[in-house]
Amino acid sequence: MTDAVAVSDLHVSIAGSHILQGVSFNVPTGGVTALLGRNGVGKTTTLRAILGLVASSGQIQVLGHDVENWPTHRIVRLGIGYVPEDRDVFSALTVEQNLRLAESSAAARYDDVFSLFPELKQRARQRAGTLSGGQQQMLSIARALLNDRPLLLVDEPSKGLAPKLVSEFASVLERAAEHSTVLLVEQNLGVVKRLADHVVVLDHGEVVHRGGAGDLDDPALVRRLLGVAGAA
Amino acid sequence: MSAFLVITFSGIALGAIYFLAASGLSLIYGLMDVLNFAHGLFMTIGAYLGWEIATRLPSSFGAPALITLAIVGATLGGAVAAGITELVLIRPLYGKPISQILVTIGLDLAAVGLLMGGFGSTALQIPVPLWLIEPTRIGSMFLPNANFLALGAGVVVLVVLEWFLARTRYGIIIRAGVENREMVRALGIDVGRAFTLVFVIGGAMAGLAGILYAVVFSGDLISPTQGDSLLIFAFIVVVIGGLGSIRGSAVAALVVGLLQDYTSFYIGGHSGWAQIGNLSTVLLLAVVLEWRPRGLFGRVV
Repeated sequence: MTDAVAVSDLHVSIAGSHILQGVSFNVPTGGVTALLGRNGVGKTTTLRAILGLVASSGQIQVLGHDVENWPTHRIVRLGIGYVPEDRDVFSALTVEQNLRLAESSAAARYDDVFSLFPELKQRARQRAGTLSGGQQQMLSIARALLNDRPLLLVDEPSKGLAPKLVSEFASVLERAAEHSTVLLVEQNLGVVKRLADHVVVLDHGEVVHRGGAGDLDDPALVRRLLGVAGAA
Repeated sequence: MSAFLVITFSGIALGAIYFLAASGLSLIYGLMDVLNFAHGLFMTIGAYLGWEIATRLPSSFGAPALITLAIVGATLGGAVAAGITELVLIRPLYGKPISQILVTIGLDLAAVGLLMGGFGSTALQIPVPLWLIEPTRIGSMFLPNANFLALGAGVVVLVVLEWFLARTRYGIIIRAGVENREMVRALGIDVGRAFTLVFVIGGAMAGLAGILYAVVFSGDLISPTQGDSLLIFAFIVVVIGGLGSIRGSAVAALVVGLLQDYTSFYIGGHSGWAQIGNLSTVLLLAVVLEWRPRGLFGRVV
C-alpha cells in the first residue's frame, strides 16, 4: 500500500531562517502517525508545507500525487481535513456558516459531527468568535471531519484545553482514525501514547527518530528526543 | 426650512453615489489588501460606455429606454474592466502592495490619457429623459427626480450587497477571506476566484457610480478625469467608514455627502468660499483619523 504522505528532503526558509533542513519521513496509510519534537523545531511548518501554505523545496507526495507547487486548495481537495494549531475558526461567521464553508460536497456529515459535538448544534447560530476556546476547537475539528477525508492533519488539538476536553478530543480522533489516516502534531505525551501507531521526531529542522509508538515507552529515549520526562 | 430639507435630500443623494463609489473600494481592500487606484477609472469607463450607448443607439428607442440601457451598460462595463484588471494586472502581484499601487496608478493614468485622446478633454453630454431633469413636488418642496434615482440605486445596492455577503456561499467565502485567507484555502476553496468576483462586483458598482454621478450631479456631463475626482471622495469615505466594512461605508458616505452639501450651501455661498464643501470633508477625515484611526466601523488593523 502506498503511503498517505511521503516527504523527502523538505526544506523551508521563512524570513531568512532555515526552519526545515531536509526533512524526510512517510505516513503509512491508516492509523495515527505522531510528529513530535520540542517547541519551534518545525512541526507546524511541516504540516503547512504539506498543505502548500508555505513555500518549500523537496518532494511532497500526498495521497499518491506529487503536490509540489500545487495551490493549497487543490492539495486539500485530494481529501485532506486540517485542524490548525490556533483553531482558526472564522470569528465573524456563525458556527453554521463556518461548517457550511468547510462543506465540500452534498454528502457532508452534519449528523455525525453534531452527534460528536452536540454543543455545536445548540450554538449553530452563534458567532464563532464568541465561543470558548474548547468550543472553537470542537468547531475546528468538526470542520475537518465534516467531509469524508482520507487524510487528517491535526496540529496540537490539546493546546490550552482542560484535561476533560483533551480526553474527549482524543476519543474523537481515535474514532476518526478508524477510517482516515491521521498525521498528528501533539505535545501531550499521554495523548500521543494513546493514539499513535507511528512516531516521527523532529529536532533542529531534521528528522532524528522514526519508529513505532512503543518507542515512547523508553524513558531515556523520550528524555533525549523530547527533553521531557517519559512518565506521562 | 424647505431649503434645508432640499439640501438635506441632495446631500443624501450625493452620499448614495459616494457609497456606490466607495463600497467596491472597501471590499477590494478588505478582502485583498489591494489599494485599487484604478477604481476611478472603472467609474469613468462606466460613464463613457453609458454615453456611447445613449448616443449611438437610435433615438427611436426613446429617452427612458436609452438611459436605462446606458446605466446597465455602465454597470457591466465597470464590472468587465475590473475583472480584466484583476486577472491580468493584479493577480501576478498579490502580496506586493507597492507594485499593486504603482500598476493601478499607471493603468489609470494611461487609460485616462487614452480617453482624452479618443474623446477629447472637453466634457460630453449624456442625453437624459426630461423627467430626470424635472423635480417632484412634495408639499412646498421641489425635489430633483435625479436625486431619487441616486438614492434608490444606493439603497438597492446596499441591501443586495448585505444579502449577498450574509447569505450566499460566495458572500461567506469573501467574509471568511477578509478574516483569514489562508484558512479559507486550507478548506479547499479557490480564494482566487472569490478575489476576481470581488473585483467584478466592485467594478460594477464603480461603473454605476460613474454614470449616476454624471446624471445626478454634474449636469449630465462626463469627462475623462471625473472618476478620479470622485475616487478622492470614495477614499475619504472608505477611511472614515473603516476599511472592509460595507455598513461603515454607507454611514460614512451619508455623513460626507450631507456635510459637503451643508457647508457648500450655507458657507460656500459667500464669495471665495466655493471649495468649502470639499475642504470640510478633508477636515472630517482628519478629525476621524485623529479620534478613531480604524474608522467608524473598521476592524483593528
